[in-house]
Amino acid sequence: MEYIVEVSNVKKSFKEVHAVKGVNLTIKPGEFVGLLGPNGAGKTTMVEMIEGLQHPDSGEIKIAGKTWKNNSKELHQLIGLSLQETHFIDRLSVFETGQLFASFYKLGTDRVNEVIELVGLQEKRKAYVTTLSGGQRQRLALGIALLNKPSVLLLDEPTTGLDPNARREIWMILKKLKDEQNTSLILTTHYMEEAEFLCDRIVMMDQGTILADGPLDQLLRDFDNARNLDELFINMTGRHLYE
Amino acid sequence: MNKIKNHQLYRLTAAHIKEIVREPVVLFWGIVFPILMAWGLGIAFSSKQDLNREIAVIKHSNTSTIQKSALQNIIEHYPDKEKGDYALSLKNEKLGNVKLSFHECTEAEAHVMLKKGTISLIIDVVDDKLVYYFDPVNAEAQLIYQLVKGVVYNGPQYYASHQEEIKPLTVTGTRYIDFLIPGLIAMGIMMSSSWGISYTLIERRSKKLLRRMVATPMRKSNLLIALIFARFIMNIIEAVLLYAFAYWYFDLQIQGNLIALALLFIAGNIAFAGISVLISSHTANSEVGNGLINAVVTPMMVLSGVFFSYHHFPAWAITFIENLPLTMLADGMRSIFNEGAGLLEIWKSLLVLSATGIITFVVGLKIFKWY
Repeated sequence: MEYIVEVSNVKKSFKEVHAVKGVNLTIKPGEFVGLLGPNGAGKTTMVEMIEGLQHPDSGEIKIAGKTWKNNSKELHQLIGLSLQETHFIDRLSVFETGQLFASFYKLGTDRVNEVIELVGLQEKRKAYVTTLSGGQRQRLALGIALLNKPSVLLLDEPTTGLDPNARREIWMILKKLKDEQNTSLILTTHYMEEAEFLCDRIVMMDQGTILADGPLDQLLRDFDNARNLDELFINMTGRHLYE
Repeated sequence: MNKIKNHQLYRLTAAHIKEIVREPVVLFWGIVFPILMAWGLGIAFSSKQDLNREIAVIKHSNTSTIQKSALQNIIEHYPDKEKGDYALSLKNEKLGNVKLSFHECTEAEAHVMLKKGTISLIIDVVDDKLVYYFDPVNAEAQLIYQLVKGVVYNGPQYYASHQEEIKPLTVTGTRYIDFLIPGLIAMGIMMSSSWGISYTLIERRSKKLLRRMVATPMRKSNLLIALIFARFIMNIIEAVLLYAFAYWYFDLQIQGNLIALALLFIAGNIAFAGISVLISSHTANSEVGNGLINAVVTPMMVLSGVFFSYHHFPAWAITFIENLPLTMLADGMRSIFNEGAGLLEIWKSLLVLSATGIITFVVGLKIFKWY
């Protein structure tokens, strides 16, 4: 299989707003792709359509060669995700939360322990979710996303609002994942260092379309030797990336 | 003026008032809802209309008790017979008009009415002596007794040889606590289902946990079934503890069929679980959810006769009230607890409650917003 994710000519509107206006995108197994763009560019809509949480008005999305229609059970097994912000059940412990989600994949407690170790929450195993710090919560969300050893991992701004240390911890977990498993990653982010550190490819979105697609250093070179993402975006559109 | 306006106390107060006024849901609960409640309860206890007070008069064998009783002269003086009842209107502009309806029935019928809360005073005539039966703790019964007594003593045709006796009713099944506990159990099912199921679902939706969960191979219906089942287990514990307390402290007895009671309890849980799923099927805003739950729950708490009989409400409202799920559940519980009812008496409630639950659950699931 050449591509694990194939998005062809996908469009999606909400009432009057055209959130995604004809996007084509392919991702190879094991490839890490960063989805960037200003607020309202259509990143989250795009990611949610790949996750099967939204349905495209037209066009087609295939994961491992299958569309969401009629294959949702199978595809749920293939993907792992963390939403921009998820609160788990406050008064369940880290381990119990893992057990709950593991049961959806018919997985046992061994895998829960493995994942807790993978995201470095061993010491918080018995702690209630409500007592976790922001970084620990995001690591829990990441661990839950990795329970089923997904072929495609979708992370929507996994480090937004975290301090540099907590951010780096998440990067290291993902780096390790890249080295050890053949998981593809689709990541939305605001941080240049994050894209640089993790992603093989950057997909720059604006107003529901893809402006550019390629490795970060190549994109920077192609657009008048931009020094950072904001400059890159200014050189593409004449506007700031984050206003 | 500007100095005052820029004072922090002014600014803080203004900020808080704006915060309140700009939340329409809060305004509804703070202002509109109390007015609606006042209107609703005002209808029930309005002094503009004749306040109807029902009194049971025990009929012995063939002869009408009233015909030979101390009440006879009074009733004859005000011949106002409606639907087989002897009605007596007491006009008083300042205190409001009261209509005393004397309902002739057998002793057994009178006791059933007493247990249902339809009446609170029973009159019997034994050897020309008026015997009043009522629970002295019940303020309403006291009042009606005083009214009837006043009529008998000071009626236009003074009944000279009047003799009376009061027989306090403290028999199990006729006390206020006997009326209250089954209603409280019913209300407990409603409250804990609506808050436990609806609020949890709305909160999970607003925190995007539902969305996160349906992005896994989890079966959606299992999530709802598990939530309902967990609540059902809690409801059993709550009801058993409440009954155990009432049994120990008030010697409350269940006189009817236990299987019927168990089935009714399950049907009540089904009804309110379904209603709760429907309430929570759409909104992700916990403030709105709060309002929705209250809008469903509060009217039933007031109307369905948990704390006092709903027979004060006008006749047109009673048909409606009797068909509310909480009324059905509370009335059914009471009939099993106090009147010794079995399946035969409550099968209709069982059916309606279960159907209500299943229909609302299916509709709720159909329109349920998972994200």
